[in-house]
Amino acid sequence: MNLLELQGVHTHIGAYHILHGVDLAVPKGRLTMLLGRNGAGKTTTLRTVMGLWKVAQGRVAFAGKEIGGLATPQIADLGIAYVPETMGIFADLTVKENMLLAARAARRAQDMDEARLKWIFRLFPAVEKFWNHPAGKLSGGQKQMLAVSRAIVEPRELLIVDEPSKGLAPAIINNMIDAFAELKASGVTILLVEQNIHFAQRLGDTVAVMDNGRVVHAGTMADFSADAQLQQRLLGLSL
Amino acid sequence: MLRRLLSNDLPRSKVLAVLLIAVLLGLAFAPFVFPGVKALNVAAKILVFIVLVASFDLLLGYTGIVSFAHTMFFGIGAYGIAIAATRMGAGWDAVAVGLACSLAVSLVLALAIGLFSLRVRAIFFAMITLAVASAFQTLASQLSEFTGGEDGLSFRLPEIISPSFEFSEEPFLGVSLDGRLLCYYLLFVVAVVLVLALLRIVNSPFGRVLQAIRENEFRAEAIGYRVVVYRTLSAVLSALFATLAGAMLALWLRYNGPDTSLSFEIMIDVLLIVVIGGMGTVYGAAIGAVLFVVAQSYLQDLLRLGNEAVSGLPWLAALLSPDRWLLWLGLLFVLSVYYFPTGIVGKLRARSSAR
Amino acid sequence: MSLKMDVDWKPLLLVPALALLALPLVGSPSTWLTLTVAGLAMGMIVFIIASGLTLVFGLMDVLNFGHGVFIALGAFVATSVLGVMGDWTQSQSILANLAAVLPAMVVAMLVAGAVGLAFERFIVRPVYGQHLKQILITMGGMIIGEELIKVIWGPAQIPLPLPEGLRGSWLWGDAAVEKYRVLAVVVGALVFGLLAWTLARTKIGLLIRAGVQDREMVESLGYRIRVLFVGIFVAGSALAGLGGVMWGLYQQNVIPQMGAQVNVLIFIVIIIGGLGSTTGALIGALLVGLMANYTGFVAPKVALFSNIALMVAILLWRPQGVYPVAGSR
Repeated sequence: MNLLELQGVHTHIGAYHILHGVDLAVPKGRLTMLLGRNGAGKTTTLRTVMGLWKVAQGRVAFAGKEIGGLATPQIADLGIAYVPETMGIFADLTVKENMLLAARAARRAQDMDEARLKWIFRLFPAVEKFWNHPAGKLSGGQKQMLAVSRAIVEPRELLIVDEPSKGLAPAIINNMIDAFAELKASGVTILLVEQNIHFAQRLGDTVAVMDNGRVVHAGTMADFSADAQLQQRLLGLSL
Repeated sequence: MLRRLLSNDLPRSKVLAVLLIAVLLGLAFAPFVFPGVKALNVAAKILVFIVLVASFDLLLGYTGIVSFAHTMFFGIGAYGIAIAATRMGAGWDAVAVGLACSLAVSLVLALAIGLFSLRVRAIFFAMITLAVASAFQTLASQLSEFTGGEDGLSFRLPEIISPSFEFSEEPFLGVSLDGRLLCYYLLFVVAVVLVLALLRIVNSPFGRVLQAIRENEFRAEAIGYRVVVYRTLSAVLSALFATLAGAMLALWLRYNGPDTSLSFEIMIDVLLIVVIGGMGTVYGAAIGAVLFVVAQSYLQDLLRLGNEAVSGLPWLAALLSPDRWLLWLGLLFVLSVYYFPTGIVGKLRARSSAR
Repeated sequence: MSLKMDVDWKPLLLVPALALLALPLVGSPSTWLTLTVAGLAMGMIVFIIASGLTLVFGLMDVLNFGHGVFIALGAFVATSVLGVMGDWTQSQSILANLAAVLPAMVVAMLVAGAVGLAFERFIVRPVYGQHLKQILITMGGMIIGEELIKVIWGPAQIPLPLPEGLRGSWLWGDAAVEKYRVLAVVVGALVFGLLAWTLARTKIGLLIRAGVQDREMVESLGYRIRVLFVGIFVAGSALAGLGGVMWGLYQQNVIPQMGAQVNVLIFIVIIIGGLGSTTGALIGALLVGLMANYTGFVAPKVALFSNIALMVAILLWRPQGVYPVAGSR
């Protein structure tokens, strides 16, 4: 069953027509990789799903329900967590405050789920270490971890993540991959945009490749990994 | 020839053309067509406001800058004439000196404001100009030895344009041929020349760049136009024309005080006119000024009628009180910004091209 | 790497610095004390008015050029309320006076807040994101508001005398400190304290602080920031109403144009403070209040210019105001 489905989605940004009929299916409980060259429209697709850009044409359905015309807070409320490319960290707030904000059900820090926090601290120790420090003081990698932590501080049905490994050191990337693997194992559906090869190989169940505002290939990661020619043609490189 | 005179900026709408011709003729023959002192005063005020608002349109409509300091330059022009005439006596040399000094002061101030503030965001700039204009008004009323303080300055004009001068004993078509008439026609000619000059400016390559900057500043800069330079130039030109309008006002009233030319009410009037008339069209200033000044002078009478008619209902009567005419104009202004962002002129042109 | 939350303390020093600078210029310490309290009182009142405006701008990028209308509204409502409370205002007892003034403040805040709700809905909301139209329309709203005030209360000045018990001054040695001004400082400090506590310790405060930095992300986290914004707008209008009451009592009279007059002052304050910063607004307001009172005594002709000079000086030091908000703009 598809948790998220896009059918023939067009998006305009100002005078520019960015998405030209995107068809995308994100199966429930699986991790879907969204690949493509720079400028293919991957970020625009994610932002359209979140309602940050308006759907000009086409259908976006979450758990069978049409969400194309909804406002961003309403979409998030349905159980979708979004980690943007820019991370969206509130630099002047502490790490704790960033997390508290993401924990919608909690009125104060004490109300956050202890067990869940412990799990997050295990995945990303930096989050615990700098709990009371302004988030702006964290390094790039630590900010990424905070951004992902925020997305999982409360259970969500769908995680939409835009390039979590961008600018990270290789050792940290492995950390990130492990974290996502654990997330996947916990049953969360994930839609992940990534340029990093290892992410794709280790984590991807299904894959969609975008080019020029369209999805030009969709299928299982297994098939895609096996076809070097296809990879070369679509991405200009081999996985 | 007409095309060249109007710098190729034709009305582009039959209704608008008719209206403009009516305005032009009405103003040209005002002393004869509309007898009486009040009517002539209204006509002169219209002339002054057309220049004042058109110069503001250059800044707001064409360059996209909101500045609340416009009345400051208006006041500088008026005070220039007033102070010079008071100190140097009635004569053309006083007028010339006053004009030259006020233009110089405006130039310097506009440059200062432009270079300092045009680098900041639009909202900052608007607030700063508000503060500066307010300070200037206070300054004018405080430097009483120089500006006559709260009471202002009354002065006399060169003989040929003062009311006591009569160049013919016999009235012509019911109008006495005196200096006042000459003064009016002086204002008329100046107003026409200045409006044509503004049309020339906004339709020149310079004007096109201003509009480009208004639409997309980033892109204009990227193409290679130094945005700050163009904006500053526009601010300076706008200020200079406003200064001239102030001089016109002083010449007509033979008096100037802080409330005559520096008050915030005048700034609001200018805003109302430019929005209702149509931003980014010099003609909007003309149509809007006529509408506004006539309304200001005669709408109050209309409201008075309405007021008396409903005197039984005190609340309704209070709303229709002639003193509250600004309320209705304010409503019109707000509605214009929503529904007629292009103003009367824009609407007329749109209807014309839709056909 | 510095792990402490370092507070930018330099701007905080500006206020005592100005006060100390003025001492030798004023001469007598007792006069200085009177002026300083007056300045702080005026500053606090201006802060109450400006705080709402700066938050609204920081959060939603909306600048309400018509904010002054709430000031005038609050002041005029107070004249009506206090008008019917003659016995309590005539009494010498401070308690009775407060029993009259407090309801006046509350009613003024409620009315201003209600009008603020309508103002947001009909004037501001349709022009989100369009700065030019915002400036024009909010100005138009103020014109309409001012005229409506004239319709309801008449166009003339209305006296707003201080209740008996709050008149006069306390004498500390040589210095005369006006009672009402002390009250103003207390109220202002309370408002600031409340605002600061809300921002630092409540989840709503968290939302505001986050929203000022990155509105989009807050929405992506599931919060309807629009609703929050309307709330802040209404609160800001209510605060302006409260400020109007206090300003009216400070001047002891109210005129319909007072909104437009105070407008200029609050703009200077929030430019100095940095658009979006409450602490900045406090510092800006106190500086402006002190400056106005010191120059009023030392060099009266320069008084209004002094505020502009202050603004220019601060902008030369920090072009975005003393506490620029780290926003994604």
